[in-house]
Parts: sequence; structure tokens; C-alpha cells
Amino acid sequence: MSSGRVVITGAGWVTPLGHELDAVWQRLVAGECAIGPVEHFDASTFATTFASQVKGFKLSDHLGDRAECHECASLATKYALAAAVSAWHNAGFGPTMAAAGGSRSSEHVDPKRFGIYLGSGEGRMDLDNFVRTNYAGWDDDARRIDYKKWAKAAPKNLVAARELEQEPSMCIAHVSAELGCRGPVSNCMTACAASTQAVGEAYELIRRGDADVMLAGGSHSMIHPLGMTGFIRLTAMSTRNEDPSTASRPFDSTRNGFVMGEGAGMVMLESLEHAQKRGAPIIAEVAGFGSSADAYRITDIHPQGLGAAAAMARALKQAGIDPNAMDDSGRPLVHWINAHGTGTKENDKTETAGVKAVFGESAYKVPFSSVKSMLGHLIQAAGAVELITCLQAIKTGVIPPTTNLNSPDPQCDLDHVPNEPRDCNPMGGVDVCLSNSFGFGGQNNTICVRKFAG
Amino acid sequence: MRPRCVITGIGAVSAVGVGIDEVWESLCAGKSGIASVTSFDTSEFQCSFGGEAISGDKLVSAKDYVPKSYRKATKVMARDTELAVVAASLAAKDAGLVTREAGDDAETTIPSGRVGCHIGAGFIAAETDELTSALVTAKDDQGEFSLNMWGESGIGNLQPLWLLKYLPNMLACHVTIIHGCEGPSNTITCTEASGLLSLGESLRVIERGDATACFSGGIESKINPMGIARMSMVGRFAEIPADEQEPWRHVRPYEADSPGGVPGEGGGIVILEEKDSATSRGARAYAELLGIGSAQSQAGAIGVCHQVDNCGGPAEGADEGLADAINAALRDAGIDASQIDAIVPAASGAAPMDCAELGGLELVFGEALNTIPLVTLTPFVGQLFSGAGAFALAVGAKAIAEQTLPARLHGGSPDARANAGASESVQTKLDRVLVCTGSLSGQAAAVVLGRLD
Repeated sequence: MSSGRVVITGAGWVTPLGHELDAVWQRLVAGECAIGPVEHFDASTFATTFASQVKGFKLSDHLGDRAECHECASLATKYALAAAVSAWHNAGFGPTMAAAGGSRSSEHVDPKRFGIYLGSGEGRMDLDNFVRTNYAGWDDDARRIDYKKWAKAAPKNLVAARELEQEPSMCIAHVSAELGCRGPVSNCMTACAASTQAVGEAYELIRRGDADVMLAGGSHSMIHPLGMTGFIRLTAMSTRNEDPSTASRPFDSTRNGFVMGEGAGMVMLESLEHAQKRGAPIIAEVAGFGSSADAYRITDIHPQGLGAAAAMARALKQAGIDPNAMDDSGRPLVHWINAHGTGTKENDKTETAGVKAVFGESAYKVPFSSVKSMLGHLIQAAGAVELITCLQAIKTGVIPPTTNLNSPDPQCDLDHVPNEPRDCNPMGGVDVCLSNSFGFGGQNNTICVRKFAG
Repeated sequence: MRPRCVITGIGAVSAVGVGIDEVWESLCAGKSGIASVTSFDTSEFQCSFGGEAISGDKLVSAKDYVPKSYRKATKVMARDTELAVVAASLAAKDAGLVTREAGDDAETTIPSGRVGCHIGAGFIAAETDELTSALVTAKDDQGEFSLNMWGESGIGNLQPLWLLKYLPNMLACHVTIIHGCEGPSNTITCTEASGLLSLGESLRVIERGDATACFSGGIESKINPMGIARMSMVGRFAEIPADEQEPWRHVRPYEADSPGGVPGEGGGIVILEEKDSATSRGARAYAELLGIGSAQSQAGAIGVCHQVDNCGGPAEGADEGLADAINAALRDAGIDASQIDAIVPAASGAAPMDCAELGGLELVFGEALNTIPLVTLTPFVGQLFSGAGAFALAVGAKAIAEQTLPARLHGGSPDARANAGASESVQTKLDRVLVCTGSLSGQAAAVVLGRLD
């Protein structure tokens, strides 16, 4: 009989601060920043000219010759492949099934009991060819497209593989071809909450007994002309073009929007029994997952953060943690909340309200910081990458800071760990973390992870 | 013991009707909804026909279904979102649920925090006219697109909420706001498998106690220039002469040289509800959800970049992922393959996909396959992509409730292994119906529905 317990046995990421687990962590703890001028395209005239970009990335560094099999994949899918393969190796599964010559079995996992749940975003639009097609079809006098002309231009300009690779489900096709997962599958798109939701639902799939092992996480890159365009029109991004490296300012009174990032984060989830049977390294245990919808407005978050509070409360309840309880030393039972903390006026204020609604007076004693100050906002990949920072915090006992926080907004008055990391080892380390992710459209997701104690 | 879940309401939107009763009547009468596309000029497209969701003589519009106070918001809805909003409204009414739709002060049947929402969605194409009217303002002297001009001034020609119109989670977002669903909500984007995967997630959410009922399903519209162009490029659609009077005759599921399918729009949203809740409020239920399963099909060893040549589907003969998903659903339901009375498959009409699907079904059902009726829907409504699995689910649930199989249209003759030739609607015993589908990028999903005592 299964205990219903689920553990994390592997993690991998591709982030603007690097591609290796521990190296990125050291940079985060040191308060380094990855944000600079956009290099993917000429954004010099855009309202926002900077972003947080992945640098020095080559898929062949991670997949060797196998990279050729994924040549047509979108950039974010390539990040996903690298992160997934890292997580697989980190979990001690040995050679990937594809690298083992397309073998359909592994000594460590039954492919049909190995599933995949991602929160990966759409691939980037093939803008040049899209524009060419639309210009060819445009009737300037009528101010609209002449679809007779358009229909002739489309097959001449559009490239089938590039169009297909924009489908948000293609990432799974690539990753599963590499890892050989044949079990339960899904990809979700709940904007900035997607990869947290993916990990949460993957955890639930194992709990239900539908799989022994799940790869979960997400990948995304919206650092392309139309991706930036969308957020510029929503006035959601920081426009601090004169000083990109301090532009991401969660909880600061001078914050003026988020900074667009890109990347991928992947974790290997496993039933406790399965992990123990194969003697896997256990990084942490998933203790709870909470999900809710604001059902409020398409553009605004609920002003009291009610949806966020519901997600946090649900995750804590499942973990059996009383948010108001303290341990013998007077320390709350949650040792770090990895904030969604985007740096938009609205999010930071309402998220703070949501934390207070759940934790009451204890809220002021729970460290609450945002690594988006250094990494930017990885959109659909954000949740999984930030969950991995929780795993690292549990492993090292250190909480990363919110950088660029010099004049906190009076409405954001929690314990922000400003500018310097906090070493919690003198008080017993970091045992329990919450990771929050909230998305445009009102989805709220929170995961609770706990140090594995046998 | 996990709680049992039943389908208490169906909202279906398609070319053969709006609302499950209208849909059912057309299906039983053998009346296809495929016709010339009216929403834009498709005369020069590879396929000029499609299954548009039409009510009376005009396109179905969310404005006619949302509360008066919400009409303004329909301006920022993509076509996919409009159709989802319509389907959700029909589903709630069909289930006899009072939701926030009835007013902020309305006493809702189920508390808001206990209602979830899982609506599968597609990769929504930006409206080409809307986007191009802005893109042309960034043309340089040579008539080429200038990124610098775009950044400087072109961007300002898009409406501020432009991005929000096309996020796939906007289907669920609007539905949660209109109906006040504050439970878990998700948007699964696995093309054809989206609807059934969403139903599976709703089931898990209810089983684990996070909701009492969920809006669940999938909706998509491929009746737009980019949608048709993209899917034509991967060989999904048939070339049909523009003067064809009976275009459905060209959509021939499981025929070896079938010319392809046609684009469609719509799908279904059902209310999945804990059985005890349905019983205690005296709700009628169409069917019970007995089991769910999903799996990923593996592409060939050459890698997935070659999927383009194969409609995006699995690169090898039989869709093993589909078989895995069906077997998982049968196991979850605690039954074996011989207990399935009918199957509602994808039956896209695109030969490589149908061939893979038939191979997958054969792996599960063996030689008995041709004794099990396949309910084929694409000759009626076209390919609904992310709406397909959910539309099939809606039809499967209705068929169980009516103990009737709808009519089948077929313009040729299907492979002998498939019980899918033209036939009239027939009354028959349907205790368990399998709904299943593979998909564009290899995700497969299956559900088993059962008759209620």
C-alpha cells in the first residue's frame, strides 16, 4: 500500500544566471543580477529595451549529438530539454532512454509509470514570415486583408515546422522523446502560474497512484517582438531603461513593473516508495499543493488577495501546517515564502495582503522574498525555477534576498530579506517553504515543500 | 473509497447546433454542418469549407448569452473564448445550477469556492486583420517591416488588452468570472486531447476534495486564416472543389486514401459533479465518469522534427500512446475491453492520423474491434482540435442517456477493421462508452463513461 507521499529526487534549470544547479544558486545568494539590454532582437525603440536573458546556451552542451534531433524545436523547448535532462541525471536515473539507443525501458523506471506534466508556453512566432504573408495580403485601400491574396502568400512564406513548433504541446513531444516517458501527460497554460500548477498536479497524479515518477516543470520565452509588445501595451513591464540591473524592484516603493525573463525549470517527482526502492537521493518532500481562481476581473487581482490566500491556505492544510503555530523557539513553522513578487504595483500589494490573511500576526515573522529581483520573471517557467530555489534553500539553510529593495512600500511590510541573504543555519536551517505563483486571468497556485525527514 | 462523479449538464457548441438537444437532433438525423466558410473569404484556401458554429443564420455570439453587465467584456474575447462562454452558460443551465451568472446576490446552488473550472484550449491565433492593421504602420521606405518603427509607434496601434485576448487561459478566466468559480482552475493545451485531459483533472480535483463540481471540457476555433493555413501545412485538410454541394462526403474517417478533414469550431463543456451532490439536489445525470487515462505517444527514433510529414501525429504505424491511454482508463474503471459497447474516437478524416488511431484501437480491442460501433463526428462538425475530445465526450454522455447511437455519415467506405460506415441512428444498449483521442503532438487521452442505474 502506497503511503501517498511524494518526494523530489532531481532538479534542473536553464536560467538567465546560468544552467547549473549550484552555480546559479551561488549567484542568487550573492545577489547577482542577470538583467541587461535585449540581445535577441533590436528592441532599442521599444518602451522597454531590456530583459533577463539566457546566455551562452547550446543544446549540444546538454544533449551531445542528440541535439540534432531537436533542431527545429523552439528556443524555449531547447531550454526545456536541457533542464529535463539535467533533472533526470540529478535524480540518478542514468543515461536517458534516447541516449541509450531509443531503448524503451530503463532499469530504474517503467516508462508507462513515468509521466510528464509541463506548464510550457507557446513557441516564438516566426515574425518575419508572418509579416511577409500579411503584408502580401493587405489591401491598403480597404484597410483590411484580402484573403484571396493572403491565401496564396501563406504557403509560399510560412514554414510548416516553425508553425507546428509554436503549438504549446510540442515541448512535451520533444522532452518525452528524449526521456521516454509514456505515462500520464498534460501541458497547462495558466500564464505566470503555469509551472507551479504543473508540478502541483503532477504531485496529485502520483498521489492518486496514476504514476510512480513524473517529470514536471515549465519553459517559456517571450523575449521576442510580439511577446514584449503584449506586455508593453498592458504597461506591466518596468521601463527603467537607464538602469536595467536595478529595474526589478519587488516590494520597493519605486517599483514600476516586472522584468521579462526566459528559461526552464524541471523537477523529478517520485512516490516515496519508488525513490526508496531504487535508493534515490531525496532532495525534499512535496507536502502540499493549493490552487484557486480569483474569478474577479480579467485585468485585476482581487484587492484583498483572496484567491492567493485560498491557494496558500489549501497548500498548508494539505501539509498539516498551522500558519499561526510557532515552534519552541518562537519561529513560525513556514521558514520561507518564495513570493510571486513580480515588482508590479498591484501584485506585490495584494500578495502581501494574501499572506496576512493566511498567517495573521505571524506573517511578519515569515521571511518573504522574491528572486525575480535578480532573475526577472520567467513567465510560465517562473514557478518551477522558483520551486528549485526552495529546494536549494532547504539544502543549504540559506534564504536568497530581494535585491533592489531600499525603500519598502509601506503596504508591503513583511520580512523581505532585503539585499542580503539570510543564513538560517544558526536557527536550525530551512525546513518548510511555500512557493507562490499567480497568473494573469486569476489562477493562484502554491506549493509547500518540506525537508525530507524519513 | 473515492467519490463517484457524474455528468449533470452538457453545453455543446458546434456546426450542427448550439446546445446538446440541437446537436443530438442533427446527429441522429444525419445532418452535417459543414458548409462554405462565411466569416472570411476562404475561396483561395486549400479548403474553403468548414464547420462554423452558427445559430439560426448568424455566427454564435457570446453577447447573446452573457449577463447584460458583462457584454462589454465580449470585446476582448477571441472567438475561442466566446464559444467557451456560450458552452459554459448552456452547461450550467442544463445542470440546473444557479451560479453568479444570475447576479451577485443570487443564492448559488454550490458555494463558489467549491466549483472548479478546467477548460482545454488551443493555440489561439491572433486576428490577422487586427494585427496587420497595426503591423502595416511600421513599413519602411522599401515597404519592409521595421522593428524600430514598430517599437517607436506601431505598438501603440494595438488595443491595450491585445495580449489578454489571446492567452489560452482566457477561456477559463471569463467562465470563472461569469459563474463565480473560485476553486481550482486550469487550462490544458494538448490539442485534441485537451478536453479529456481537462475532464480527468476535474475528476482528480473532486476526488481529492478540492471541489464539489467543475466546469470541464475544451473549445477551439480553427476557422481563421492562420488556423487553416497552419493545419493545411501538416496535411490535415482536404482539397474540396468550391462548387461541392455535399462537402461532408470528402471527410471519410478510416478510408485508406481519405483526402483529409475540414476545419471546425466549437467543442463542449460539461458539469462534472460529485454523485452525492447531484443526488441530494435531485439533479438528472447523463452518465457516470468511470475511469480516466492518458499517455504520451513516442515519436520515431529520428526525432519529432519530422512530425510535419505525418499530420503532427505519431511517426510510426499504430498509436501506442492511444492504446496506453485506453488501457489506463479501462484499468481505472475496473473493467476490460470486452465491456465497451461503443467508442467515440477522433476519426479526423486525415489518413495518417486515422491509420495510427485504428492501429492503437486494434492493440486494445484486437479482432473484436469491428464489432464495436465507432461514433464518427468529423463529417458533421469538422476537426475541432482542442474542442474535439470534449465534443466527443458530450455526444458520448448523451448517447448513454438516450441509449441510442447517432447516425453516421460516410462518403466512401472505411477500412474493414473499423465499424464506421454510413448508418442510421439506432437504439441500442449502451452500458459503457469509451471516448478517446490521440493528438497533433502525441498526447493521448481516454475516458470511460457508464450508464447510471
